[in-house]
Amino acid sequence: MTPEQIKKPENVVAQRPALLNDNTMHYCPGCSHGVVHKLVAEVIEEMGAEHIAIGVAPVGCAVMAYNYIDVDWIEAAHGRAPAVATAVKRLNPSRLVFTYQGDGDLAAIGTAETIHAANRGENIAIIFINNGIYGMTGGQMAPTTLEGMVTATTPYGRRVDLNGHHLNISPLLAQLEGTCYVTRQSVHTAAAVRKAKKAIRQAFENSMKGLGTSVVEIVSTCSSGWKLTPAKANDWMVEHMFEAYPVGDIKNTTTQKS
Amino acid sequence: MEEVRLMKGNEAIAHAAIRYGVDGYFGYPITPQSEILETLEELMPWETTGMVVLQAESEVAAINMVYGGASTGKAVMTSSSSPGVSLKQEGISYIAAGELPALIINCMRGGPGLGTLQPSQADYFQATKGGGHGDYHLIVLAPATVQEMADFVGLGFDLAYKWRNPVLMLADGVVGQMMEKVVLPEQRPRRTEREIAEQCPWAVTGRPEGRGPNVLTTLELDPLKMEQHNLHLQKKYDAISAEEVRYEEIDTEDAEYLVMAFGSVARICQKAVEEAREQGIKVGLLRPITLWPFPAEAVARLSNKVKGILVVELNAGQMIEDVRLNLDTRVPVHHFGRMGGIVMDPDEVLGALKEKFNIQ
Repeated sequence: MTPEQIKKPENVVAQRPALLNDNTMHYCPGCSHGVVHKLVAEVIEEMGAEHIAIGVAPVGCAVMAYNYIDVDWIEAAHGRAPAVATAVKRLNPSRLVFTYQGDGDLAAIGTAETIHAANRGENIAIIFINNGIYGMTGGQMAPTTLEGMVTATTPYGRRVDLNGHHLNISPLLAQLEGTCYVTRQSVHTAAAVRKAKKAIRQAFENSMKGLGTSVVEIVSTCSSGWKLTPAKANDWMVEHMFEAYPVGDIKNTTTQKS
Repeated sequence: MEEVRLMKGNEAIAHAAIRYGVDGYFGYPITPQSEILETLEELMPWETTGMVVLQAESEVAAINMVYGGASTGKAVMTSSSSPGVSLKQEGISYIAAGELPALIINCMRGGPGLGTLQPSQADYFQATKGGGHGDYHLIVLAPATVQEMADFVGLGFDLAYKWRNPVLMLADGVVGQMMEKVVLPEQRPRRTEREIAEQCPWAVTGRPEGRGPNVLTTLELDPLKMEQHNLHLQKKYDAISAEEVRYEEIDTEDAEYLVMAFGSVARICQKAVEEAREQGIKVGLLRPITLWPFPAEAVARLSNKVKGILVVELNAGQMIEDVRLNLDTRVPVHHFGRMGGIVMDPDEVLGALKEKFNIQ
């Protein structure tokens, strides 16, 4: 059997979503961004929302997300994506508006914009990549950096007395009346990827239904920042990050409990 | 018959915005311009024209809402006063870099720091020389009357869309707070999605069938491409400078001395000019309406005709630098200003003119 005989539509069991283009990603080996990008592209495609989707990219590693997913994008200033998305959605209510932000962007410089957009219940979806470090600038301490974690700006490990505590922002967002769905997921196993995709789908559907703000936190790895191989980074995440950031739904007001 | 209304400059801006067909206003309260947001909330334009009005959590958020709204091709605006406009500078730099049409209003108060609530013109440098980071320019309009506060909303948006460039209306606490008669513009419809798609092919609207993704970004990692973008911007600024200079001349034909002032101070100076002429001193007034582009040619021409120029500002001497840069002769140029929220009266201006130029 030749490869041409095998490459038939009926034989396809998995393929890259059409919205994910051919551009070579700038992400490091083992980084979670690539997987999450694929999930976002798949969900938009499966919802048939490619003509109404508007993404708002952050400053951070995902700053060039617009290079990979072929929908309309706005690249926001650092931390301001929820404010940008607020106006985009209010002025264009028929559009699917989502932000894609890292932990420094969302939970440090953009804390005010995040909390107030969520508290107003803006009908946007927030994809929140939490890898506990500033990846783009070279591995400095993030608000989400765990105590004891070595980074470029905590070379002897994060100390509570000097640097404060790690910021667990999703439960804080879940307390706000404006959020309808706050969930924490990961993409380190096939099962986790499936669940994360489901969460993104629900978040996007919530915003189209006008139910309020949805937040999908993805606990992620940063092999380069953590100075670990991709496989060891996954292990480290399971062992340490999941303790501080346990995966699962934190809030879901959109489904009736049986 | 046209309808003449009596209102504050800030209120006139709110009415004019609705009537122009503005799609969105995003603001944060700060004295002396809070009436803009208050009036819009009271008029509830979302019930009539569909205009979005939102009180943001900060000036930073408000300007980024403008960035987002403008990215989708919508006519959006924000307003603030000096300390708040400082906070907006990052966003303004992004809006200029992204070549987005938008209207920003600064109803200036005295600074620096938290300053005072009273009128000032001390943000001239910030408005005309950049303010935020990078090489960019805003088109800067300086209203002197409540009527111009209303008119410059429409003019500002027209210029912003013509040039794909943010426009700053540099008002002050005097024109913001004082009540005058004003004729409001006719109500216009907001632009339809179709009109936006036609007029703003760059707009981030959700990618329709048949076009590639529109991406609004101000990031370019390749320095050669970034230089090209900068050269493109500079070319646009040259074209704006050539086409959009606006100013008003009063009694300059036979003037031996020239007074230059913008905004509300120009009206104080107009009175001083009248008083001077009653005393037999031939004084003229040059009022820049666009502070950027600056009326360079008018300054050069008039500098050849007069014995001296007095630049009157509510600051320590800011516009005077642009005046000196554009002289065509070595005519003496002096500054007279009050600061900290104090507004001079016409007698002080006339006194300064006589003193600086030794006029008996």
